Amino acid sequence: MASEGSQNRLAVTDQDPIIGPGHTFETVTDKISSIVLSRPVTPGWVFGLLIAFGALMLLNLVITLLMIKGVGIWGIRIPTAWGFAIVNFVWWIGIGHAGTLISAILLLLHQRWRTSINRFAEAMTIFAVMCAGMFPLLHMGRPWLFIYLMPYPNPMWMWPQFRSPLVWDVFAVSTYFTVSLLFWFVGLIPDLATLRDRAKHKAAKIAYGMLAMGWRGSAVHWSRYETASLLLAGLATPLVVSVHTVVSFDFTIGIIPGWHTTIFPPYFVAGAIYSGFAMVLTLAIPIRKFYHLEDLVTMRHLDIMAKVMLGTGLIVAYGYLIEAFLAFYSGDQYEIYMMTNRFRGPYAPLYWMLISCNIIIPQLLWSKKVRRNVGLLFILSLVVNTGMWLERFVIVVISLSRDFIPSSWAMYYPTRWDWATYIGTFGLFFTLFFLFIRSLPMISIVEVRSLVHETNEEKAHS
Amino acid sequence: MAQIFHRSTTFIARLSIFGGAVFVALLGYALYEIALSPWYTDQFMKRQQPVPFSHRHHAGELGIDCRYCHTSVEKSSFAGVPPTQTCMTCHSQIWTNASMLEPVRESYRSDKSLEWTRVNALPDFVYFDHSIHVAKGVGCTSCHGDIAQMPLTEKAGTLYMSWCLECHRQPEKYVRPKSEVFNPYYEPPPGDEQLKLGRELVAEYKIQVPQHPGDVKPLQTCSTCHR
Repeated sequence: MASEGSQNRLAVTDQDPIIGPGHTFETVTDKISSIVLSRPVTPGWVFGLLIAFGALMLLNLVITLLMIKGVGIWGIRIPTAWGFAIVNFVWWIGIGHAGTLISAILLLLHQRWRTSINRFAEAMTIFAVMCAGMFPLLHMGRPWLFIYLMPYPNPMWMWPQFRSPLVWDVFAVSTYFTVSLLFWFVGLIPDLATLRDRAKHKAAKIAYGMLAMGWRGSAVHWSRYETASLLLAGLATPLVVSVHTVVSFDFTIGIIPGWHTTIFPPYFVAGAIYSGFAMVLTLAIPIRKFYHLEDLVTMRHLDIMAKVMLGTGLIVAYGYLIEAFLAFYSGDQYEIYMMTNRFRGPYAPLYWMLISCNIIIPQLLWSKKVRRNVGLLFILSLVVNTGMWLERFVIVVISLSRDFIPSSWAMYYPTRWDWATYIGTFGLFFTLFFLFIRSLPMISIVEVRSLVHETNEEKAHS
Repeated sequence: MAQIFHRSTTFIARLSIFGGAVFVALLGYALYEIALSPWYTDQFMKRQQPVPFSHRHHAGELGIDCRYCHTSVEKSSFAGVPPTQTCMTCHSQIWTNASMLEPVRESYRSDKSLEWTRVNALPDFVYFDHSIHVAKGVGCTSCHGDIAQMPLTEKAGTLYMSWCLECHRQPEKYVRPKSEVFNPYYEPPPGDEQLKLGRELVAEYKIQVPQHPGDVKPLQTCSTCHR
């Protein structure tokens, strides 16, 4: 037991427990499953869903208009051919990364605190990737020809251009989505069986029963479940790093000043995890309040997530610093101009807002008091989300709007349809999320139960 | 507690997993076959024309040279559709009362062109030039099929990019001596002899084929046809 003891010490240091006191298997199951099965539909939930659904309908409208009129309804004009669509794509896909990190890497590292947040973080990943994936397709102008991006036997005898990072994107994002979805679903199976067994309505029994795929909880089932989870975690782990690396290649392969940089892959990955954890906090803080889950998603969780944010935020800050340094160190006039243009050009306020949101304000997280102040933490998470969105805007727009030839410079302004598309994807994201929290267990019942078991063991031993 | 599902559900579930995979594979194959089928490509489809003009009769049985009607084929991107006057060079003398030819005479009298239904139409994003193909030894029938056997003209190829690339990748399989370009009855020499002849002709016509692996392939670069 020596090794296990030291492991436990690592996981449960000083402060608060990972889950609130007094929980047994029964209470955990009751608490989580009752949100889905017996909690009445509340006006607050309906209100939230309606707002989200309204935004989703706005997305519907924009896409329809886009199909009819083309991408000209957006503000993209040469030289800035990549506008909001690419900014939002990178932003959304970055957000997804925290979910995969929590569910895969932290599983392999035996970080037990992940158990109460991994389910909805993974859901966040899947919904965020859906929102992200939509943007490149819409940006193509003729989305119905997206199939040309896939290598498939065709009467044109054509393959996609495998040397193009945009094709790598297709593979990276679709693999990411598939693995995340599978991982999420496999993790859900025992919980779906619990819901099946506890459901009162026949329709619910059948629905959860079909999704549970005949789970009976036998030893063989559990053994296969554990193996499958580990294998999928192993598959998902490299994806945490690779997906955003490939996304960064979309930029680095181009020779535009400010894009053609070797530091992009690591700093994009760190930024992705940074924004992802900010989004998990943005979602977790209201959810634990409205659904009274403070004893499952404890202060301990918020504290750790805040620390992860602080850490990845510092990596991102280092990235910005090196980026600026190398621009001047390169001696290349276009690189130097790109940097001074960021500092003092027409978009400079956005750059300095980005620096404040991503580097300066989050330094508050060094203070334990701030990390324990739920309201402030929520605001900070929004600040970081904004900062990370601005980062992508700065990278995409500032570099493109002023590149090598001054005669080709032009400002980029988003149109109302740019904003409508962006808001519309929030609609998609939150509609799915609102439906998710009332139809599936948003915290893994099985894993929290095993946590109860372990913490009780621990008490017995000490 | 009563069971929700009948025992047979297990079998259905398993079947649907494997059946799903098979279904997707079959669907992909079916779509591919449909895309290549004449039903979709209009290949071998005879078109209704204002006058049932027979290439079999004119180009085949009578042996009129292609260029007698398609005058610009050697000089222009477009082979040219003959004016009514070309028809009337003969038909003012023979079959002058044939009712089938009344639209031709009507066109001649009223000076209004006959409106033929186009059989081979390439999309606008493809640049195609008849003159260069003729000049480099691509015979009419290589693309237009056995025109001397067509009572009503039909599209001989799919006009898919793969169809163009078949020749653009290996011109030596199709080129013929210049004297045979307009011969509708030309038969390429069998097997390896065509390849041997073809390689000589490719060199003679200076068709730009890569000499070494890794060379640029001018016949296959995107902008050769998509300008």
